[in-house]
Amino acid sequence: MSLLLVEDLFLRFRGQARPAVDGLSFAVERGEIFGLLGPSGSGKTSTLRMIAGFERPERGRIVLDGRAIEGDGAFVPPERRNVGFVFQEFALFPHLTVMENVMFGLHGLPRGERAGRAMEILERAQLAEHAARYPRQLSGGQQQRVALARAMAPRPHVILMDEPFGSLDPDLREDARRKIADVFREHAMSAVFVTHDQTEALGFADRIGVMREGRIEQVGTPEELYNKPRTRFVASFIGGSNILSGIGRGDCVMTPIGRVPIDRDATGNVTIALRPEHLQLEAATAGEPSGQVVSRVFHGHDLTIRVAFAEAEVSVWDDYRCPFRVGEAVRVRPREKGVVVE
Amino acid sequence: MKRTPPWFLTVPALAVGLAVLVPIGYLAARAFDADPATLRDLVWRARNLELLANTLALASVVIAASTLVALPLAWLTTRTDLPGRFVVTLLSILPLAIPGYVVGYALLGIGAPHGPLSSIFGVGGPRLSGFVGAAVALTIYNFPLVYLHLRTAFASMDPSLTDAARSLGLSPRRVFERVTLPQLVPAYLSSVLLVLLYVLGDFGVVSLMRFETFSYALYLQYIASLDRTYAAWLALMLLAITTTLVVAEFRLLRDLALERTGLGAPPKARPRRLGAWTTPAYAFIGVVALASVALPVWSIVYWMGQRGAWTDANELVRSFAGSLSVSAPAAFLATLLAVPMAFLSRRHASGLTHVLERSAYIGYATPALAFALGWVVVVLRAAPWFYQTAALLVLAYTLHFLAQAIGPVRAGLHVATPRIEEASRSLGLGPLATFRRVTLPILRPGLTAAAILVFLSCLKELPLTIILSPLDFETLALNMYAFTTEAMFAEAAPYALSIVLLSALLTSILFHKVGEER
Repeated sequence: MSLLLVEDLFLRFRGQARPAVDGLSFAVERGEIFGLLGPSGSGKTSTLRMIAGFERPERGRIVLDGRAIEGDGAFVPPERRNVGFVFQEFALFPHLTVMENVMFGLHGLPRGERAGRAMEILERAQLAEHAARYPRQLSGGQQQRVALARAMAPRPHVILMDEPFGSLDPDLREDARRKIADVFREHAMSAVFVTHDQTEALGFADRIGVMREGRIEQVGTPEELYNKPRTRFVASFIGGSNILSGIGRGDCVMTPIGRVPIDRDATGNVTIALRPEHLQLEAATAGEPSGQVVSRVFHGHDLTIRVAFAEAEVSVWDDYRCPFRVGEAVRVRPREKGVVVE
Repeated sequence: MKRTPPWFLTVPALAVGLAVLVPIGYLAARAFDADPATLRDLVWRARNLELLANTLALASVVIAASTLVALPLAWLTTRTDLPGRFVVTLLSILPLAIPGYVVGYALLGIGAPHGPLSSIFGVGGPRLSGFVGAAVALTIYNFPLVYLHLRTAFASMDPSLTDAARSLGLSPRRVFERVTLPQLVPAYLSSVLLVLLYVLGDFGVVSLMRFETFSYALYLQYIASLDRTYAAWLALMLLAITTTLVVAEFRLLRDLALERTGLGAPPKARPRRLGAWTTPAYAFIGVVALASVALPVWSIVYWMGQRGAWTDANELVRSFAGSLSVSAPAAFLATLLAVPMAFLSRRHASGLTHVLERSAYIGYATPALAFALGWVVVVLRAAPWFYQTAALLVLAYTLHFLAQAIGPVRAGLHVATPRIEEASRSLGLGPLATFRRVTLPILRPGLTAAAILVFLSCLKELPLTIILSPLDFETLALNMYAFTTEAMFAEAAPYALSIVLLSALLTSILFHKVGEER
């Protein structure tokens, strides 16, 4: 049985017409790191807050470790849910030291054991020497580790993290991500985190739910979402796919850039997603649709070239050898099959 | 994520709102409680125009003089390499500890017969009184407020803006005019608002200096005549002026929300080298310190040494106990009420909570005499048994100074965010335990600061006390005022000294507390 079950959650804030969370369901397995990925306003943080019990849904059910904590008339208050929450801005208690912050949730332990457990956790988080300091005396990275240590100390069923790397310097994120993933795996800790950053989600999560307007569009492993997006939203949100529409002719589609083979047979009006790195530029030839290079941005290891066709504009990632300049006429040829999306 | 605020927040806030607005409403009702002919006569008196001219003239001169003193001081202590900037800063804030009417007393006392000047020169010095006396005394008390605001504005100004202006081809002088000064305007305007409210509400200084502003005329009318209609009209007119000016100020301020754009902490400004200007700068500071600190202190100390100062120690103790017995409960009550007001405005912002919070500021901005008169009218009509009781005085203090208590509590709530409380909840603490172990400890310094601020204000308060205190009630401020109006400078000295020392002590505790938090 899944560790965490979220069923048909619905939440609407006072005075707002559109619900923040609209019939949301997903499941998290034990020991899994599950990411909720979506643009701001897609309801990710509200979902996390409902799991923690900070927000009450209008309807829906949440089951944690076999116990209904929300729904069916049940409501378990946040302090009795046994979930750990890591806030985006960390929310460390400013009036308590690092040690006291970590000990805060250990009231279930006998008094004598609390300091020992807290110290043990601080040592593992490489924070032991800062135990007597106050949060404001720590760097952002250290504050994040304290927040995580504080949440993990009472051994919760699940750790919930709201934009866990959002307040860190970009160069710290990669490192923090790896370390936290290691700690979670070591302790077989389950976690749900929320982010709007696809790199973060792809690099940190075992599975991802892509959210849009209060619903989940697709759940899958990072590779599945990247290679087989089900909707045009998922395709363009992850990896910035080109979205093209055209007329299906069985195993291919006639699009503004020409004939594109597709991953499954389709007829009629069809929308496909094409990764920029799956496209190739060639010199224009007579009889084939051609476009004009409208911009060429150099990134060092590769280039992004935008090509305008009569009824569409596509991005192409090409390597350093690309000979085409702005204004030239080119042809775009797909190297992989297009993915049919909803 | 709005939630309906719980009753234990809304009920106290609604009570405050009502308690502030009802006396003002009664005042208006009382003012119109006369036949039309009398009304016309009261409202269109030439005297009203004269009072208006006096009041506005005094306010403008005090504002102008405070600016001329405060602006150079603020610049010198933040933007230059002047040695001893810390001491200069202290000297610039110190006059805040000497309430306006004590400055008035000191100025009157300097040149009085047998006063310090006549003891040296054999003849009494120039007697400062009337318009000039009031303007000087009010400036001495108020320029530190302007100084504090300008100093903060200078210190938080982004120096890269002046660098940008220089690189766009402006001379240093033009940069000061076109970049630096405009950035000071919002802070300056808020300080002007405070000075304005003080001058409009001031009773102590203008009455000691016998300069007739609306406040003083209102007082004279109140004690001289049993017919309260004209007094009510004067109070209403004073209220109308105050409202007009405050609203105009808010308009100006709202259009001027300047914020730093861009990322990262603002770099520190390079201090300006004063060079040959160091000596004139010290001369300026010396003159200001002499007039604002040395002179009042000298006057008080001189009179302390004269016969009459030490005649009745019992009376001093009694009045101290009197001050304490009303100031302490008011400080406690104001702090207590500030908590729901601050919670509502920070956590449950809506149209209603905004109005409720504003009502506290209306209570603060309403000139004290007008507020007191409003209470007299209400109480005499609705609950005569409440008239001239200590409880009424405590209530009036609380409502008048509540706004001072809200600020520090709000600042505390800036740290004690809902997130922090949720963190505590998810770590296993219930709502009550969370309040006790997380919210309250974080708010505690703010609550202490709020209580000290209100206590200090009540201790120094004069007009509300004069009108509302029980018969034969004594406070430090009341006794000091009574002796001074009789020109008994020696007898007033111990009270003046006690007030100054208590103010200085409490202010330094406050600064210490605030400094500790940083």
